[in-house]
Amino acid sequence: MAPMIAVTDLWKVFGPRAGRIVGTPLADLPRAELRARTGCLAAVRDVSFDVEPGEVFVVMGLSGSGKSTLVRCLTRLIEPTSGEISIGGEPVRAMGPKRLRDLRRRQVAMVFQHFGLLPHRQVLDNVAYGLEIQGVPRAERHRKAGEVLALVGLDGHEHQYPDQLSGGMQQRVGLARALAADPEVLLFDEPFSALDPLIRRDMQAEVRRLHAEVGKTLVFITHDLAEALTLGDRIAVLRDGELVQVGTPEDLVGAPADSYVADFVRDVPRSDVLTLRWIMRDPGPDELCEDEPLSHRTVIRDAVHRVMRAERPIPVVDGDRRLGVIDADRMLAALVSHHRQVPA
Amino acid sequence: MTATSPPAVLRVTAAALVDATRRRGFWTRTVAAVLIVATVVAYLIFRTDGAADSDDAAAFRFFDSVRDWVDANRDTSPFFLYGVNYVRLGVRLLVDAVQAVLLGLGFAGLVAAVSAIGLVFAGWRTGLLAFGGFLAFGVLGLWEQSVDTLVLTVSAVLLSVLIGVPLGVLAARVRWVGATLRPVLDVMQIMPTFAYLAPMTLLFLIGEPAAVIATMIYAVPATIRITALGISEVPPTAVEAATALGSTRWQLLSKVRLPMARTTIVLAVNQTIMLALSMVVITALIDAPGLGQNIVNALQRVNVGAAFDAGVAIVILAVVLDRITTNAARRTRVHQNRRRRAIVAGGAIVAVIAAALITINPDRLPGYTFAEPVNDLVGWIELHWYDVTEGLKNGISAGILDPLETVLVTTPWWLFVLVVAAFGTLVSGWRAAGLAALAAAGIAGLGLWQHSMQTLATVLVAIALTMVIGVATGAFCARHDRLATAIRPVLDAAQTMPSFVYLLPAVALFGASRFTAIVAAVIFAVPPVVRLVERGLRDVPATVVEAATSAGSTPRQLLWKVQLPMARGGLLLAANQGIVMVLAMVVVGGLVGAGALGYDVVAGFSQRELFGEGLAAGLAIVLLGILLDRLTQGFHDSKGPRR
Amino acid sequence: MRSMRAAAAAALIVSLTACGGATSGAGEDEPSSGAKGTVNLAINPWVGYEANAAVIAYLLEKKMGYTVEKKELKEEIAWQGFETGEVDAIVENWGHPDLKKTYIEDKKVAVEVGPTGNQGVIGWYVPEWMTQQYPDITDYKSLNKYANLFKTSESKGKGQFLAGDPSFVTNDEALVTNLKLNYTVVYSGSEAAIIKAAQQATAQKKPLLFYFYEPQWLFAQEKYVRVKLPAYSEGCDADLKKVACDYPDYVLDKIASKKFADTGGAAYQFIKNFTWTNDDQNLVSDYLTNQGMSADQAAEKWVNEHEATWKPWIPA
Ligand SMILES: Nc1ncnc2c1ncn2[C@@H]1O[C@H](COP(=O)(O)OP(=O)(O)O)[C@@H](O)[C@H]1O
Ligand SMILES: [Mg+2]
Repeated sequence: MAPMIAVTDLWKVFGPRAGRIVGTPLADLPRAELRARTGCLAAVRDVSFDVEPGEVFVVMGLSGSGKSTLVRCLTRLIEPTSGEISIGGEPVRAMGPKRLRDLRRRQVAMVFQHFGLLPHRQVLDNVAYGLEIQGVPRAERHRKAGEVLALVGLDGHEHQYPDQLSGGMQQRVGLARALAADPEVLLFDEPFSALDPLIRRDMQAEVRRLHAEVGKTLVFITHDLAEALTLGDRIAVLRDGELVQVGTPEDLVGAPADSYVADFVRDVPRSDVLTLRWIMRDPGPDELCEDEPLSHRTVIRDAVHRVMRAERPIPVVDGDRRLGVIDADRMLAALVSHHRQVPA
Repeated sequence: MTATSPPAVLRVTAAALVDATRRRGFWTRTVAAVLIVATVVAYLIFRTDGAADSDDAAAFRFFDSVRDWVDANRDTSPFFLYGVNYVRLGVRLLVDAVQAVLLGLGFAGLVAAVSAIGLVFAGWRTGLLAFGGFLAFGVLGLWEQSVDTLVLTVSAVLLSVLIGVPLGVLAARVRWVGATLRPVLDVMQIMPTFAYLAPMTLLFLIGEPAAVIATMIYAVPATIRITALGISEVPPTAVEAATALGSTRWQLLSKVRLPMARTTIVLAVNQTIMLALSMVVITALIDAPGLGQNIVNALQRVNVGAAFDAGVAIVILAVVLDRITTNAARRTRVHQNRRRRAIVAGGAIVAVIAAALITINPDRLPGYTFAEPVNDLVGWIELHWYDVTEGLKNGISAGILDPLETVLVTTPWWLFVLVVAAFGTLVSGWRAAGLAALAAAGIAGLGLWQHSMQTLATVLVAIALTMVIGVATGAFCARHDRLATAIRPVLDAAQTMPSFVYLLPAVALFGASRFTAIVAAVIFAVPPVVRLVERGLRDVPATVVEAATSAGSTPRQLLWKVQLPMARGGLLLAANQGIVMVLAMVVVGGLVGAGALGYDVVAGFSQRELFGEGLAAGLAIVLLGILLDRLTQGFHDSKGPRR
Repeated sequence: MRSMRAAAAAALIVSLTACGGATSGAGEDEPSSGAKGTVNLAINPWVGYEANAAVIAYLLEKKMGYTVEKKELKEEIAWQGFETGEVDAIVENWGHPDLKKTYIEDKKVAVEVGPTGNQGVIGWYVPEWMTQQYPDITDYKSLNKYANLFKTSESKGKGQFLAGDPSFVTNDEALVTNLKLNYTVVYSGSEAAIIKAAQQATAQKKPLLFYFYEPQWLFAQEKYVRVKLPAYSEGCDADLKKVACDYPDYVLDKIASKKFADTGGAAYQFIKNFTWTNDDQNLVSDYLTNQGMSADQAAEKWVNEHEATWKPWIPA
């Protein structure tokens, strides 16, 4: 299947005469040095990735690493300096203003860290704003907005004003607003960073539920690893504007590409993220195994019980194919060790 | 051992800080001292005998010829036929339309309408205030004049909003528009009201259109500035979110930026109204009807009592309009029940229509006038305080004003320009100094050196008095909460009063003299200075005050060594504001014997032969304003935090 | 009414655009036509003028059924009003040959409407007590000798000459220069301020040299003596910068706008007929200033007592 979003060699340089940097030796300078030499700041450097339809793609990195810039480049809220972006197969950078507006109105919606609600409008009209500017008649857009509000659990709050709602509820409004025009892609820029931890967890659950229900393509920016791991099908790690690694949560935890990523994932309990694939071994010749196999997708933690109580190693299978076996020794090692693991 | 208890630490740090500032200040101080000596020496060598201005300078002849050209071509040149005259005609139509509406309502209708507007937009208290206030116009016997003033004010405000809000939006959104407008607005805001009456009559003749346009020019900078501020303060997150949803530029403006800036825009309207009101009164000099006529009339008859009634009416009008707009602005932040508001509004409209059908003759209301008691009081003061007022006037005139004036007048113009440039650079940076020096040179070029220096001397004495009184009162208010609360309404009322009104008590007490202008200027400028000083002092962080107190400062030391130095920014801002206001008032003082530039302006639009000189004097006033403003503004800009 | 006028003016704009621009008077009030309309009277800033205007306005309103709009305007500005249509008549004009040339001869927007019957005198005055104490003070040649007496805070070490409203007809600064007098001209700003100073000068025996004029009610109460300047001769004041002679005597007259003269009907005729004596004017001025009467009250009192004087003014 064709990717929903394809980004190729994307650059965004802020500063005076930013266009002169890309494609010259200057582009290879580290961020700080480039800045000292030219006064320009390369917020996004040579980034390429694809996002599949229906996927939740998380972009993660420390503050200042260029996440917000990257996600804004996708719909050209920030004009990229160079590179290609296509959404739904259509090159975004070639779009005229009208087509670009249309893209933003119907295909791609965004949820912001600081909500960006309009304080002078009631919740209902905030949610209906996108439809309003498309010229949808009042009754129609209010009906649609009401539906979306129900979807995010805000029915009954239609006629309140944003400042009468709690932070979590405000972000639900932001979410509803993004969903109102039924876009194919949702972009989230650290949507829950401004919320309390408890509420944040609720909201993450909400996003998972919505993703399951409406099945959109999600690009989700966060600096919070736990959030990335719970939500992401794949995670891209950004450092100083460069992509360091793109992979599944397991890839990141199990095989960090470098010390930056390793630092990031150091405190993650591996057994919570890694699957059996990462700790199984090849079966010995004629080794006797348990009958009931385990799927290679099983997270380690979920297998502890069985493996420790089994008398013999348990086969690990991918469908019918046997990939390896897992036994108590291996399991113990995985539970206690902090060694770098290499997938078999 | 606790050798370094907190106060000790504080004292050591403070000492170190003071030391550092001293060392940094050393060079500045040396340079200043050298400059002062050089100035004195140069003055002693080069001083002139301060010859009177010729009444036939090139600039006057030029302006006269402009006047003659305009007079000859008013009904033939396309510039007038298709430009200026249409503007005049359009404004005339606007005034007529506003007048038709307000007069059409009749007495009862208008009182009801204003109360209803107050009620719907600003709450029942304000509605009640509006009701009482407008009734009072009838009681004072000033109904027609008040309505005339209201008509002109509303017309000028409508025009200002029509022009100012779009310009404000542009200034905030388009960089070059903002950059171009800034200096223009600066000049417009320091231009004393008096200076552009003559050019107005030249272009638009006398009457309501000229008055409305003059008022608009006076008020519109505030509209533009505050609107621009409101628009640029709209949170970028909301704008970004709306952009991300695919808003067009126009949708961003109409659905996001303007609605989100509406509180600020209502405040802009509020400021515009206040400024317009004070200007409309002055345009009585170019045949605008209304309360201003009463004041001009009272001024001509030196009848303080008659002016008092009109002054009270103006203050009432100002207070009503101010409360309606400020409370309306506050209400834009509160979410209201739409249905209830619709019901109230509907009811109000019905009531207004009903009231408009009733005819009440405001002349038949029970009347009251302050004229007699006020005149009695003034008479009593004149009789019993004559020696005091006379002594004060003569003392200050002979002791301070005359010597200062002599020095300034006998300074050769080039030396003055050099001194402005040198000291300006020292205190405000070369940019401001350059502008100020240019202004000084321009004054010399206009051929009104003597008059300009006389005006400058009067302004300097007035600003010194203003600052002394303002800082003392401000410091007092900052330390006595109860006094501050008591004085606030007085300051409010004083600030809504048009400058003109202050001439009267001053004339009554001090006769026709420069000192009269000084007194009026001090009364006019002290309230804002008190405000700024009080705010500056109260803004000194409590922790610093606490630390100084715990180090054992007496309240006096606290004030002189901590609070006043730390409030320097506020004080300098106060000086800057004060000086511009003082200049405006001193010039108006030309009406009552203050002479110099103010007199030239008045004479210029009352005598044909003097037109050119009057216009040149107006320009000299503007240049003087730029000079003073740049020097003081540069001062707090270069030292204080950037705005 | 107003809105109809607005509509008319809008139509005017359209028609003007079609046929070549707007003139300066476009859209202004049409001056009162033959029907009982509005008469716009300029009110110049001295009480004698107000007395004329009070009686004229009273009679126009009460006996002839017109509406009168009074406009507080200085002389020059009132003349401008003829051009814009804001002013229909000025009812006490002091000379102003330059304005007559501009507005009557060149622009043809105004016409002379004949004398008011008042004789105008402008001169330099001192309070009477000074002439007793310093008998030669009424000769300008000895003024320098007494300059010290007239020093004030405003006079820069010289003697003070107190002038009035900057808009008044004056040659004082030129006179001071050309007669080599050691004096400074200080403008009090208004007639009332001069009167106040004059009264104080009499009451408190303070020296005062001031610009003053007749007709003037104050002369009925207190005595002031005119200082003799070099005698006026025809044309000696032709060049205002070189004037070195006294003010001429003025025949005060009335001026009306051309439109008012053409269409003002009975109101115009009435103003044309108006003449009275200095005593009449001083009487009304006295009512206005010292008896605390409003313009209408003063006029009413005078009208009630002088029917014979005003009856002939009213056109048949
Ligand atoms: N408009 C801008 N102009 C200049 N520099 C910017 C601009 N926006 C962001 N930056 C810089 O680009 C870098 C990346 O910013 P951002 O994308 O906001 O990072 P993140 O969202 O990961 O915290 C930061 O160093 C930031 O200061
Ligand atoms: Mg960010």
